[in-house]
Amino acid sequence: MRDDVLSGGFTDTPVEAARAFRAALEAMARPGSIHRVEGARAPAPVSEAAAVLLLMLCDRETPLYLAPGHDVAPVRDWVAFHIGAPLVGASEAMFALGGWQALAPLDAYRIGTPDYPDRAVTLIAELGNLAPEGARLSGPGIRETARLSLPEVAAFQRNHRLFPLGWDAFFTCGDRLAALPRTSVVEAG
Amino acid sequence: MSVTEIGTEARRGWMGLLARAPAARLAGVFDPLGAAPGFEWLRAPETGGVMVRGRTGGTGAPFNMGEMTVTRCALRLETGEVGHAYVQGRDKAHAERAALVDALMQGPRAAELREAVLAPLAEAEAEARRKRAARAAATKVDFFTMVRGEG
Repeated sequence: MRDDVLSGGFTDTPVEAARAFRAALEAMARPGSIHRVEGARAPAPVSEAAAVLLLMLCDRETPLYLAPGHDVAPVRDWVAFHIGAPLVGASEAMFALGGWQALAPLDAYRIGTPDYPDRAVTLIAELGNLAPEGARLSGPGIRETARLSLPEVAAFQRNHRLFPLGWDAFFTCGDRLAALPRTSVVEAG
Repeated sequence: MSVTEIGTEARRGWMGLLARAPAARLAGVFDPLGAAPGFEWLRAPETGGVMVRGRTGGTGAPFNMGEMTVTRCALRLETGEVGHAYVQGRDKAHAERAALVDALMQGPRAAELREAVLAPLAEAEAEARRKRAARAAATKVDFFTMVRGEG
């Protein structure tokens, strides 16, 4: 168990973090596009892509919420050693990690304020399946429409209506990730 | 030997000693021990700043004294022991040697390391303190109040 906790960080941090950041940036700028990332390994049940996102996006100043299922001792220890992010409840988090069902209820998270709409949570949702099919996406960054296998549609429609407030989401599955910002319009496919 | 058997106090002692030792002196006593054992990085050496805090007289309210540069790293030997190091300055080789010694001190070579590395470092540190204290003592002034001509 100790092995899992201490290993799994980037081996060449500047290069790997820059590559991962590029992938996350592309994913967020072009909702629905799927990107591969690599270089990090966290204890189960955290996927490789989610581990990369945590290492790259989180630090001591970004409160992190671990949803039930991901809130286990090895993951907590791994976060403490590699990232140092304070673990907090859903309402204070800047990042939240968990399965889609476990992240609910979604109205517990920060959605920003009219003065600072950026002070909102970024969800990192672990999905069992991530494919360019299913719900139809349109909006900024999407030429006509894109498709992404979202776990549901209603929650994203409600979130989009809050714009410019609202949360943003990354989806991870194995070593692949995609993203859906609050600007995207989601319709059932 | 696990970390709990060694005791936190003892480990704190040698980690502090390694952190304070000048890089060249640590290299001087560690490198003659022969080839460094194989290891993998858990956290490659990285340099950053830490805020040093102090308390007036050791018991007063804490205050920020100033920032200092530290280099830290963590590694695991082929035999499984994990070594950590936080050292003064930005010398990555110093941090690596300190972490190696910390890891080796938890293994079967502890006695050898204690003799060859820790003892000379502790001695050098004590000697430097003595010299400094002696220099300071030479400038010591004893103040006393003369009896004033009252009464």
